[in-house]
Amino acid sequence: MAEQHSDRPTVIADDLHIVYRVNGSRGGKGSATSALSRIIRRGEERGVRKVHAVRGVSFTSYRGEAIGLIGSNGSGKSTLLRAIAGLLPAESGKVYTDGQPSLLGVNAALMNDLTGERNVILGGLAMGMSREQIRERYQDIVEFSGINEKGDFITLPMRTYSSGMAARLRFSIAAAKDHDVLMIDEALATGDRKFQKRSEQRIRELRKQAGTVFLVSHNNKSIRDTCDRVLWLERGELRMDGPTAEVLKEYEKFTGK
Amino acid sequence: MSARPSPDDGMSAADLAAKYGLSVSGARPGLVEYIRQLWGRRHFILAFSQAKLTAQYSQAKLGQLWQVATPLLNAAVYYLIFGLILNASRGMSHDVYIPFLVTGVFTFTFTQSSVMSGVRAISGNLGLVRALHFPRASLPISFALQQLQQLLFSMIVMVLVVVGFGSMPGLSWALVVPILVLQFLFNTGLAMIMARLGSKTPDLAQLMPFVMRTWMYASGVMFSITHMLKGRPEWIADVLQVNPAAVYMDLMRFALIDEYGSSNLPSHVWAIALFWAVVLFAGGFVFFWKAEERYGRG
Repeated sequence: MAEQHSDRPTVIADDLHIVYRVNGSRGGKGSATSALSRIIRRGEERGVRKVHAVRGVSFTSYRGEAIGLIGSNGSGKSTLLRAIAGLLPAESGKVYTDGQPSLLGVNAALMNDLTGERNVILGGLAMGMSREQIRERYQDIVEFSGINEKGDFITLPMRTYSSGMAARLRFSIAAAKDHDVLMIDEALATGDRKFQKRSEQRIRELRKQAGTVFLVSHNNKSIRDTCDRVLWLERGELRMDGPTAEVLKEYEKFTGK
Repeated sequence: MSARPSPDDGMSAADLAAKYGLSVSGARPGLVEYIRQLWGRRHFILAFSQAKLTAQYSQAKLGQLWQVATPLLNAAVYYLIFGLILNASRGMSHDVYIPFLVTGVFTFTFTQSSVMSGVRAISGNLGLVRALHFPRASLPISFALQQLQQLLFSMIVMVLVVVGFGSMPGLSWALVVPILVLQFLFNTGLAMIMARLGSKTPDLAQLMPFVMRTWMYASGVMFSITHMLKGRPEWIADVLQVNPAAVYMDLMRFALIDEYGSSNLPSHVWAIALFWAVVLFAGGFVFFWKAEERYGRG
């Protein structure tokens, strides 16, 4: 494989463990009496169920690498990304990063009751862009999304958009910012065929600018096209880490394809 | 593992990170650095609060008119219950009592809704916290700011009522500005404290309405504390009067209502108002910052 990355590490994960705590899901189907007995029965963190989502993952990524994350549903891929970005605190172990890794996505900051126009501004600000940067790129974002191709939709509330249109606008806002370490969580397959092509092109551009790219996807083809290294997670454990072809071969054997 | 011959082989993760100047992801910044980051996000804080405010009524036919209509209806309900049915106006003429009631309700609602939105500031926005980087204090501050803007709409109703019952705008109306600043600082501090507590214990959202209602009845929103507690030990009234909600409420009444003179205020009232604002804001800010790196856990 033609590996062009340098020896400069960008992300170091050192024996990383992530545990989610879920309230009110232990025993008694959440009835009032069982909740009461949980309160009365004192123990360590009563009524809280723990989900050990990532168990002891260690790896080092280098500048210029594009790394794919694969694994079945619920294997901890998205959780691992959030932990690398510093959005989820580690139970134990540490993640060291060069610069601020960011997830590609602003969905959570947008509001359905606001116009597309205001959401572009709000989303940009939420990602840490300045008002000037947003003003500069506003036109590009709207054009890229193609929202206005069918009339003046950008001045209507987002709740009036079709799900495809909303997804396109969300992607366009998210992709407007450049990132040091970029993490993409299955964001490729949104919108119609035409928009998919355009967004794949945009992701390639973002990848060129970013130091390191992480891509979570269930599409082995898009992993093969974009990544030179693959981490395979299963039940929160790192099952394999190596060149794309090798890992995918084992993974396909595992999934029975 | 792909073999990678490198001089770094065999180094521990921490040493490797130190060698290339990598920092721990998601670590809590120092207090000064945190304030600097927060200042950098001031446009986001403002835009987020305005967006929340607009989104609130965007589905209603009357739209943003509800910003003013809601407080007006609120005032009408309280007038009906306390002014006409319960006759709580003891010691006050009708012309004083109605502005007294309306100013009280609106000023207290400002604190009340700041606390309530503070409780859910983190726990209700976990998706946002787990997706994007920004100083988390942006959220409670933004919610408190939303309530301040809401209050400014209510002030329109407040001014109409006050003028309608014979108090003319005068020099003392300028006091509204420092009062609002102090109350906003106090509310923001409280919202930050509630945000941290609420992120760990979402149950507070169920409990707080009762706490707030008790606080409201104890702060003299619908009656004058001194009149109501006549004949009881004096210290009870003193304690109730220096409680922050009562202090900001009474100052607001003093500023706006001609016949509500300074005899209704506790002594050193401005010092008390300043004290609550500074202590709660500074204390709340530090308290919130201390858990900054843990809010994503939920």
